[in-house]
Amino acid sequence: MALIQISEPGQATKPHERKLAAGIDLGTTNSLVASVKSGQAVILPDIDGQELLPSIVHYAKDGVKKIGYEATPFQINDPLNTISSVKRYMGRSLSDIKAKESPLHYEFVETESSVPRIKTNAGEVSAIEVSAEILNELKIRAEHSLGDELTGAVITVPAYFDDAQRQATKDAAKLAGINVLRLLNEPTAAAVAYGLDKGSDGVIAVYDLGGGTFDISILRLTKGVFEVLATAGDTALGGDDFDQAIANWIKQELNLTENTDKSFLRQLISVACKAKQTLTTEQVTKIDIDDNGSQLTIELTREQLNDIIDPLIKKTMMPCRRALRDAQVELEEVSAVVMVGGSTRVLRVRDKVAEYFEKEPMVDLNPDTVVAIGAAIQADVLVGNKPDDELLLLDVVPLSLGLETMGDLVEKIIPRNTTIPVARAQEFTTYKDGQTAMSMHVVQGERELVSDCRSLARFSLKGIPPLVAGSARIRVTFEVDADGLLHVSAKEETTGVESGIEVKPSYGLTDSEIEKMLIDSMEHAEEDVAARMLHEQQVEANRVLEALAAALEDDGDMLSAEERAAIDAAAENLSKVNLNGDDREIKNAMEDLDKVAEVFVSRRMDSNIKKAMAGHNVNEFDG
Amino acid sequence: MTSSTVSSAESVNLTQNYFELFSLKVSFTIELTGLSEKFRALQQTVHPDRFANAPEQEKRLSVQKAAFINEAYQVLKTPQRRARYIIELQGVKFDDQANPVMEPQFLMQQMELRESLSEVKSGDDPQAALDKILSELKTSRAALLKDLAEQLDNPTTADLDKSSLLMHELQFLDKLQSESEAIEEELMDSL
Repeated sequence: MALIQISEPGQATKPHERKLAAGIDLGTTNSLVASVKSGQAVILPDIDGQELLPSIVHYAKDGVKKIGYEATPFQINDPLNTISSVKRYMGRSLSDIKAKESPLHYEFVETESSVPRIKTNAGEVSAIEVSAEILNELKIRAEHSLGDELTGAVITVPAYFDDAQRQATKDAAKLAGINVLRLLNEPTAAAVAYGLDKGSDGVIAVYDLGGGTFDISILRLTKGVFEVLATAGDTALGGDDFDQAIANWIKQELNLTENTDKSFLRQLISVACKAKQTLTTEQVTKIDIDDNGSQLTIELTREQLNDIIDPLIKKTMMPCRRALRDAQVELEEVSAVVMVGGSTRVLRVRDKVAEYFEKEPMVDLNPDTVVAIGAAIQADVLVGNKPDDELLLLDVVPLSLGLETMGDLVEKIIPRNTTIPVARAQEFTTYKDGQTAMSMHVVQGERELVSDCRSLARFSLKGIPPLVAGSARIRVTFEVDADGLLHVSAKEETTGVESGIEVKPSYGLTDSEIEKMLIDSMEHAEEDVAARMLHEQQVEANRVLEALAAALEDDGDMLSAEERAAIDAAAENLSKVNLNGDDREIKNAMEDLDKVAEVFVSRRMDSNIKKAMAGHNVNEFDG
Repeated sequence: MTSSTVSSAESVNLTQNYFELFSLKVSFTIELTGLSEKFRALQQTVHPDRFANAPEQEKRLSVQKAAFINEAYQVLKTPQRRARYIIELQGVKFDDQANPVMEPQFLMQQMELRESLSEVKSGDDPQAALDKILSELKTSRAALLKDLAEQLDNPTTADLDKSSLLMHELQFLDKLQSESEAIEEELMDSL
């Protein structure tokens, strides 16, 4: 259908073709779902009218799961089985988590898998599964509110998320049965929500301080195209750290540093958070604490709060400077500063941002909902509900991607802030006579030493023809798709042999692990999974056939008689198999059709490129 | 492990060179506003966002073509990469690692700049000293780009050896530039 989307201006979609799409903000503290209804992006509330879904899941002994507000009360009574702020664990190894969190909030188990698991009453769960529960709850809410199945959803991630964290988010969506239209960076989503309201071209800085992450993005908006120029941030800095800092202050002031009881610590965090919120409107607040039955009270003034959190706010200014430099934009060129994330409600944060950018930041939109709203607007465009819309988001790779070379050094293949999608290839050669295998290590980060970067995957190339050292030519291609996800492939050039690659993700899930989780998550295990896979293949097959029919009608004349006959035959076969075949057979028939139709699809795209340029030359002096 | 960079373009079935893709004649001097307008028009047509709900095959092709256009845009937008691309279009392989004989005058200037850079941090007013270096780099750079334009605006008659030499000089300046910026970051951090 995408080929139909390239339509002449003025050609509106027919009402019955309207597809249901949602934007999901999977947040550290709260999550939300939004959708475009009658041309307006709105947050979809639950049946009680609540917009926010606290990102909390409680696992009870009997296996019953409670999600959101229903899970909140268990945070104090049953902290080990009530998982919150799980986004901080996404795509992270146990050692990463231990380095950041002390003491650990949950009981983690060491596993063979690279994905850490948390011990709960209802068994062990990974961060991906906890996130999938939250996503599933939002999906149910959306389908209930919109009255039908979702075609797909845009899910937002912090711009500074690395490949492992993005992959984990996509895996969670897969587990929740959501068709992911795009992983969208949160600041970009916010800019979309603001940009469309204001309709003004220029350079925008988006300052996004959420519960657990900080992002700064510099974007250029030109006639509906959002070009991300640079992004920087800190994936482990947010409002939670403010709460922790306030809690530490309370402990110091009241001499409570000895008490390490988990429920008590949770209580401290909770009163700290409340005090922080109160101080956005009040000058001073009273904090009450129950220390093993004895009631303690302490006062906190706004000035004291400022002193406590200033070092944390200062930590956000460094990334701001780096983002501006990478974007090659001067401070004066920034025409608007957009504030996103609940933590930008803190007045001190607003003041410091205004001071740095030398202009008042925009706070008109609700910082809690603005990301979901932007995601919903993009989702609506992505499913093809607005064929004439000019909205286009050009995002970037947040952290450089590279390969380990000799001596613990990193060779950067794709530097940070490169516009995606991007494909870069690099040639390598063997260093020993007769060498037939080569191992490679994919890393992400800015540092020069491998040990300072994040390990993404290791793979080995096998079946290299035995040649004299230095004469084999192995071409390794890094491709980052529009979701910001990396795909690596390799080929031996002298023989043309596509070398066997085994990619072992360092922190992600293998396909079989995902499949197992899917099976575990369903009551009637295998039949359900099989039914779901069959359904997915049938939907895809229909999509292929519809798109092909439309393309043939428009541009059938691009094909020779033989080419046309081959395509028709393959299409007919797919229609037949799609009626009574199993998922494997449908998949095979689709692959056959893919092969014969590739030339046609490619030719159509090239022809559209030429048309775009031709049309452009005519209109060059219009704008 | 040894390696060399190769262009990602070959995997995409676009026969045009980057200039043709953007309907431009091969020339070092290009109009950047027009280039980015054309870039946006092209991405509006092929970007994966236009194929988000399309069959897998179309998604795949769209990613490849959008990546090709992104690469082409980046090369044409950046003066160093644009110059290098023009030289290579004339069939001359530009070698990063080569060590060509440079004008003594240029080398002297480089040595002086390098010396001032190494003294920045110990001086009385590091920021002012650094600003002076950065401004000198900017001037030299503008002059170099002007020389490159003279050569490469008409590639068929260009002196490619001379152009390659200018490119190497540009690399020197770039290296100094990034070292200066690193020192600037250090200075800012210590504030």
